[in-house]
Amino acid sequence: MTRHLPALAKYAALLVAAVLTLGPVWWTFTTSLRPAAESFSLPPSFFPLSPDFSNYVAVFQQIRIPLLVLNSALVTGVIAVGQMLTAAMAGYVFARMEFRGKNALFAIVLSTMMVPVQVTIVPVFMIIRGVGLSDTLLALILPAIPTAFGTFLMRQYFLGLPLELGEAAAIDGASPWRTFFSIYAPLALPGMAIVGVLAFNYHWNEFFRPLIFMISEQNYTLPLGLVTLQGNLGTGSISIVLAGVILSMIPAVVVFLFGQRYLREGLTAGSSK
Amino acid sequence: MSIDRRSALLSWLFLAPTMIGVGIFVVLPIIGSLVLAFFRWDIITSPQFVGLQNFTELATDSTVGISFVNTAVFVALAVIAQLAIAMLLAVLVQSRMPPWLRVFFRSTFFFPLVLSAASVSILMRYLFNESYGVINWALSLVGIPAVPWLTSPQWAMVVVIAVYVWQNFGFSFLLFIGGLGAIPPEVYEAGAIDGATGWRKFSNLTLPLVSPTVLVASVMAIISSLQVFDQPYVLTRGGPGDSTRTVVMVIYESAFRQLEFGRASAIGLVLMVLIMLVTALQFRLARRFVFYQ
Repeated sequence: MTRHLPALAKYAALLVAAVLTLGPVWWTFTTSLRPAAESFSLPPSFFPLSPDFSNYVAVFQQIRIPLLVLNSALVTGVIAVGQMLTAAMAGYVFARMEFRGKNALFAIVLSTMMVPVQVTIVPVFMIIRGVGLSDTLLALILPAIPTAFGTFLMRQYFLGLPLELGEAAAIDGASPWRTFFSIYAPLALPGMAIVGVLAFNYHWNEFFRPLIFMISEQNYTLPLGLVTLQGNLGTGSISIVLAGVILSMIPAVVVFLFGQRYLREGLTAGSSK
Repeated sequence: MSIDRRSALLSWLFLAPTMIGVGIFVVLPIIGSLVLAFFRWDIITSPQFVGLQNFTELATDSTVGISFVNTAVFVALAVIAQLAIAMLLAVLVQSRMPPWLRVFFRSTFFFPLVLSAASVSILMRYLFNESYGVINWALSLVGIPAVPWLTSPQWAMVVVIAVYVWQNFGFSFLLFIGGLGAIPPEVYEAGAIDGATGWRKFSNLTLPLVSPTVLVASVMAIISSLQVFDQPYVLTRGGPGDSTRTVVMVIYESAFRQLEFGRASAIGLVLMVLIMLVTALQFRLARRFVFYQ
């Protein structure tokens, strides 16, 4: 259809959309490089002609950003690795092992995929409190490791790997453990990367659960810390808050640049379930 | 040990972390929510059985009622905007253009998805600020007076929707790119012979062929927008008044501000039922309206 649409109109529309999409982030970046005293002044600065990195220094001094980054990295890293391992193991069993009750167990796992986190948050909060983990990073980590979606994804991945490899290994006398660890697990690494990238993207940006589970400021994750900072400073110094926002975006952008394929595959995989 | 015994051992050991985890952190909490919804409990005093009171109160509580209306308005407008923008851009990006440009636009529209909704809302709050925000400054250049974006009830909802759609249209866009890419070129060649161009080509050929993708994209957009929390929490805290208070914000406030855990569970269950209904409706509609090749 668009062959007949004037090319000019097409590119104009796409360009406007691209500017509206990238503009706010670009403005955040350039404003974070303005002196704090100028952060309110209009017109806005869209080009950092004389960049001022003092806001980034201030962010590190003011709100213990290193601690927030460390907390976020710890929570996100452990969840991502935990999800990759547990999902690969469970997915493998659901794809390749036969035993009574397997389908029933898989049905249970699948049915929990639709349950929104807000429905389970109150009892999860009670359980965490009951075992004495409230206001610790483990309160965020433990409930996030079992992953129905990741298990589903890994099961699909293992189903796509050739059955013959395992059979040949078994004939050569390989144990079920060896078949998994030396043959299938290495082949499943791209699938595990999808699970890991999705987990990273979700939990690095997560706000709802940290808001509920984290009480002491020393346990805050980055998004929670930044929202608190904006609240505390009121409208004081935009540039410093925005410098924090840019810092919080860097790991996400790195994943976007280098893991985009996995992210796209993982995000759209949910639509074919 | 025989191979069979070892296989069984492997199966159980490999399943254990996921099954135990799902049991403790999903299945048990669902049962817990179902039970808790019939109690009044503030954690401090002992729980008190109140029957259906938590549910009947939902119908009379004005804040809860407003939050459901707000969420309905939000979902309707956000989903329509998200799908329309995503479809327009997907069709444009899939049209004839240099490959590097296509990659650039595709990555650009996907980019906001990887950012944190909380961080995005922080920066948007500055952009939409009434007196020193960039948006009102840009409007003033063309002579439009300052809009009270976050301080008027109507505009606040518009901002929450806009910020949400800004960040999430890329998801529907990705799905549509996939759906459009799967249409065989012969269909268009045949259509061209019959003289189908422009809008007619889109509505008579493209749309029916991507209708399965449109259905999936709508359902996924509805389900995730029903759970909106980060944007209204950071942008407006639900205000001004209750004008942007959503269902999940009321769940959060009931449980963790007012210590009404039973009521929070009851609202959560209603939300879950809504999500299940939307999913069930998807299968109904799929049989009736969707055109499968």
